[in-house]
Amino acid sequence: MATIYIDNAPYEVKDGQNLLQACLSLGFNVPYFCWHPALQSVGACRQCAVKQYRDEKDTAGKIVMACMTPATDGTRITIDDAESRAFRAQVIEWLMTNHPHDCPVCDEGGECHLQDMTIMSGHTYREYRFTKRTYNNQNLGPFINHEMNRCIQCYRCVRFYRDYANGGDLAPFASHNHVFFGRHEDGVLESEFSGNLVEVCPTGVFTDKSFKQHFTRPWDLQSAPSVCVHCGLGCNVTPSERYGALRRIRNRYNGEVNGYFLCDRGRYGYEFVNGAGRVRQPLARCKDTGELAPVPKDEALALARAPQGAAIGIGSPRASLESNFALRQLVGADRFFMGVPKRGHQLLSSMISLLRGGPARVPSLREVGEADAVFVLGEDLTNTAPLMALQVYQAQYRAVLPEAEKAGIPAWNDAPVRELLQDKRGFLALATPAETKMDVFAATKCHAAPDEIARLGFAVAHALNAAAPAPEGLAADVAALAAGIAEALRAAKRPLIISGPSCGSEAIVLAAANVASALCAAGLDAALSFVVPECNSIGLALMDAGSLDDAMQAAEGGVDTLIILENDLYRRADRASVDRLLGAAKNVVVLDHTLHATAQKAAVVLPAATFAEGDGSLVNNEGRAQRFIQVMPPQEAIQESWRWCGELLGKPWKNLDVLLAQLGAVLPGFAELAKLAPPADARFGGQRLPRQPHRYSGRTAMQAHLSVHEPQIPNDPDSAFTFSMEGFRGAVPAAVVPSYYAPGWNSVQGLNKFQEEVGGPMRGGDPGVRLIAAAQGARAEFRGAPPAAQATRGAERLIVSLPHVFGSEELSALSGPVAERAPQPYLAVNEADAAAMALSQGDVVELSVGNAQAVLPVEVRASLAPGLVGVPAGIAGIPAVQLPGWGTITKRTEG
Amino acid sequence: MLSDKIKHEIEHEAAMFERRSGACIDALRIVQRERGWVDDQSVKDVAALLEMTPDEVDSVATFYNLILRRPVGRHVIRICTSVSCWLMGLEPMLAHLEKTLGIGLGQTTADGRFTLIPNQCLGTCDHAPAFMIDDDLHRDLDPEKLDAILANYK
Repeated sequence: MATIYIDNAPYEVKDGQNLLQACLSLGFNVPYFCWHPALQSVGACRQCAVKQYRDEKDTAGKIVMACMTPATDGTRITIDDAESRAFRAQVIEWLMTNHPHDCPVCDEGGECHLQDMTIMSGHTYREYRFTKRTYNNQNLGPFINHEMNRCIQCYRCVRFYRDYANGGDLAPFASHNHVFFGRHEDGVLESEFSGNLVEVCPTGVFTDKSFKQHFTRPWDLQSAPSVCVHCGLGCNVTPSERYGALRRIRNRYNGEVNGYFLCDRGRYGYEFVNGAGRVRQPLARCKDTGELAPVPKDEALALARAPQGAAIGIGSPRASLESNFALRQLVGADRFFMGVPKRGHQLLSSMISLLRGGPARVPSLREVGEADAVFVLGEDLTNTAPLMALQVYQAQYRAVLPEAEKAGIPAWNDAPVRELLQDKRGFLALATPAETKMDVFAATKCHAAPDEIARLGFAVAHALNAAAPAPEGLAADVAALAAGIAEALRAAKRPLIISGPSCGSEAIVLAAANVASALCAAGLDAALSFVVPECNSIGLALMDAGSLDDAMQAAEGGVDTLIILENDLYRRADRASVDRLLGAAKNVVVLDHTLHATAQKAAVVLPAATFAEGDGSLVNNEGRAQRFIQVMPPQEAIQESWRWCGELLGKPWKNLDVLLAQLGAVLPGFAELAKLAPPADARFGGQRLPRQPHRYSGRTAMQAHLSVHEPQIPNDPDSAFTFSMEGFRGAVPAAVVPSYYAPGWNSVQGLNKFQEEVGGPMRGGDPGVRLIAAAQGARAEFRGAPPAAQATRGAERLIVSLPHVFGSEELSALSGPVAERAPQPYLAVNEADAAAMALSQGDVVELSVGNAQAVLPVEVRASLAPGLVGVPAGIAGIPAVQLPGWGTITKRTEG
Repeated sequence: MLSDKIKHEIEHEAAMFERRSGACIDALRIVQRERGWVDDQSVKDVAALLEMTPDEVDSVATFYNLILRRPVGRHVIRICTSVSCWLMGLEPMLAHLEKTLGIGLGQTTADGRFTLIPNQCLGTCDHAPAFMIDDDLHRDLDPEKLDAILANYK
C-alpha cells in the first residue's frame, strides 16, 4: 500500500497504480478519455490533468497527467485547483472544436462519456466559430454504425480492437487534425468483438446499428440484470426494452466472468425475442384444418394435461434450471430426460466429473486471462466461446508483462510496454481439426482428426508424467510436437488446459484432463477449463437425467404425452429418429418461445418466456450459477416455462423463491441458488428496485391512445424489481444493479462507481455462486486410454462439424444482424483430398452421413486436416446428425 | 500486381528487419518511385508481401504526406506553404503557378504533366520561398523564374 495526499488529506492506495486509477478508485471525479480500465494508459487526450507538488512546502506545483503518473508513496496532488481546472477546460474546448453540435440526433446522447466529461470539465460555451473538419463514413457491416465527424481522436477504438482483441482490420489513418479511424475500405469489421467499440468509444463514432433500427433514447429504456444465452460462458448482460420490444444488449460487468466486454453473438443475438417466429398465445391443432391455431389458456392446459405418470418430459440445455426442474417435477424424475443426444450427454457428465475430480483448478473466465501458458485441444474458441478466446489473448499478453516490469515500465503504461514487447506472446498451443483465427497467435498448432488430437494430448500428458497412458505408434513428428508442448507447459507457473465437446470426442476431454493432472503432479498451479455448447448445459447435466436417446427408448412402444421444453429436437438428432419419437406419443406438448420445426409438429404449443420476459438461473461452463431477471412484462399469454409446468401440475409455484426452495430441497446441489439475487420480498430502504432510470419519460403518455389513466404497474412476483422509475437508488448487491448511473456519470463509465476499485470486483462481490469445485489437492489420476491412430475406411470420410460464431447457435441465428454474418452451407475438404476425390471449388456433392443426406457446394480449404470433411455446425441445410461420423460424398454429375 | 523488380527490392529491404513489417515504409517508397503513386491494389499487395493487413499498410501510407495515395501527373510540385515562405512571397508565386498551369492546389494539369500540392516546410527557410519538383529543390524563387524552371520538366 502507498499513501498519497489529495488536498493534503492522506489516502491509502494499492501499489503499482497510476494516479488516475487511484483517484477514481477513491471516488474522486477526474475527467478522462483515452484511459480505460481494461486498456490502461497512453496519455493521448491530456484530459486528466491534476497538479502535483514536490512536498508539503511546494506551493507552486506542476501540472501532470494523472494517468501517466505513478501513485507512489508520498505523492501529493490536488485535483480541483484553478490552474488544473482551467487546463482541463481548455483541453476539452480544443477537442470539441471539430465535434459537431449533433447531440440531439446522436444515438450516444444521454449516455455519452464526452457529454459527461465536457460538463465535468466546465467547458460550457463554445467559442469556435470556424468550419469543422468532416469525413466520409464507412459501411462497417450489420453491427456497427460509423459517424467519424464526432471523433475526438482518443485512440481507444484501435487500442481495443487491435491491441486488446487482436483484430487486424481497424486502423488509424492520416495524421494531424484529420486522423480517421476505420477500415482501409468499406466492409464488415471482421473481429467477433467489434460490438465492444460501441461501449469503448467515448462518444458517438461507433454506435449499435441494430439498436438504431428501433432506436429509443437511452434514458427511456427499461433494463434488468441478465445473462447471455448464446454460449456456455454465461457473460453478464444488460438487455433493455421499450414498448414491449427488446432494443439492445449492453455489457454488464462481472469481474469474474466477462469483465468489460461481450462478443458480437451475445450483443446482437437478441432479436429472436422480437422475432416473427415468436409464439405469444397457446396454440393447439385445429381438428378441422389440422393447423396450429390460438386457443384460450384453459383449453390449452386441458389439452396438454396428462394423467399422472403418463408423460415423458424432455428438458433443454438452453432452458433455465427452474424450468427444467419444474418439468422434472411434472413428469417425475425417472421420466425426465436431458434433451441432449447420447454422445453430448456422455461428454457433459464426463467433463463435470473431470472438473470435480481435480486436482486441477477450474478457472473463472478472469482466471483464464491469468494463465501463463495455454494448450487448447479440439476447440475453435473464437467460434465456440469467443470471450474465452479474448481472455486467452490477455493471458498471452500478461505472460510476457514481467519483461516490462524488468525494464522498469509499469504495466499500466500501455504504449511503451507494447513497444517493448512487440509481438512477444505467452505460449499457446492449439490442436484443432481446421485452422482457427487464433492460429496466427499460437506458438504451436496442429490440424488433425479428433482421434489424432486426443493422441497428441495423451502424448503430452505422458511426456509430463510417465504414469499417464501413452498412445501407441505415434509418428515421430507428433511425438516431437508433444514433447515441445510438454516442455513449454512445464516451464510455466500457471498453465491452463482448455478443451470441450466440439469434436464429439471423450478421448480429447480425457487427454486434456490428463495433461492438467500431470502438470499438477509436477507441482504447477495448473487449471482445466471446458467449453460447453449452451447457456445451461452444465446446469442441466447437474440434474443427472437420461439422454435424448434414452427418452427415445422410453417412448418406444408408445407414450401418452410427450412434453418438450424449449428444445428443437430436429437440431439434435436426425429427422427419422425425431419423427419416430414424436410419432410414438399420442399427445406432443411443446413449451417454447419460437415456433421451430419441433413445435410445428406439436398438438399443443405453450408460449414460453425468453430470458428477457422471465426469471431463472443458468449454470455456465465453470459451474457458476447466475440469475437472469425479467426485463419486460411478458405480452399476451407468455410466461416462464416453469410457470406453465406448475399450472399443468395443478400446483403452481407462487413465485421463483418458492420454486427455488423446493428445488434446493429436492436436489440439494442447488440449495445455493436462492443466494443468487435478493428474494422477491427484499426491500431496500423500504422500496423495490426500479428497472427504469429516473429520467424515464412518457409513463403517463405511453398508453394515452388507449386510456388517459396511467396504467397500473405490472406485478413482478419473482424479483425485488419493479417496472417503474420509482424505487431505491442506493447501493445494492451486484446481482441487482440494473444500469450504471451515478451523478455526473451517464455513460457506461459510471461503472467505476459500482466497483470496489476501478477494474476490480463489483462492490459487495461479483454475482454468481460456484456449484462445482475441483477437489484441489486430490492425487493426480490418469484416466482413459488413448485411441488408436485415425483409421481410414475406404471410400468413406470422417465428417466433422466446424463451428461458426455467427450461425451455429440456434437463437442468435434468428437475429437479423447475426444471420447476415452466417455462412451458407458448404462442404469443406483440403486440397489433397479434393484432388483425390476429383473435386474442385464450387462443385456440388451429395453428402450421406448416418441416415441423412444433403446436397452441398464444395469449399477447398488448405487448412483442414487431411482425410476430414467439414460441414458448418448448426446451419440450416446441414443434417442434424451426430458428428464426427463416417459418410460418403458423391459428386453430382452434370445436368 | 507488383512487378518482380518491385517485389525483389521489397524483399531486399524486408531481409534487413527483424520483422517483415519493418520494411513497410520502404516498400511504399519503392512502389511510389516506380509508379508515381500508391494505388489501393498495391497497398493490398504490399500487405500480403510483408505479412500485414491492408489496414496496417494504409495506416502508414496515409500518415506520411510524401506517400501519395491518389494519381498524380508526371511531375509533382510540392510548394512550401509554411510561414517563412509565406512571409517571403508565397502568394504571388502560387498565383502565378495556378495561372500558368491552370490548376489549384491538389490538382493535376489536363495533360498530366504537373500535380501541385502544398507541403508544410521544406526545411530551407533561409532560402524562402521554395518548392520541390520531383526530387529537385528550387529556392529563392520569384514568379519571373518559374517559367524557366517549369520548362525543364516535360
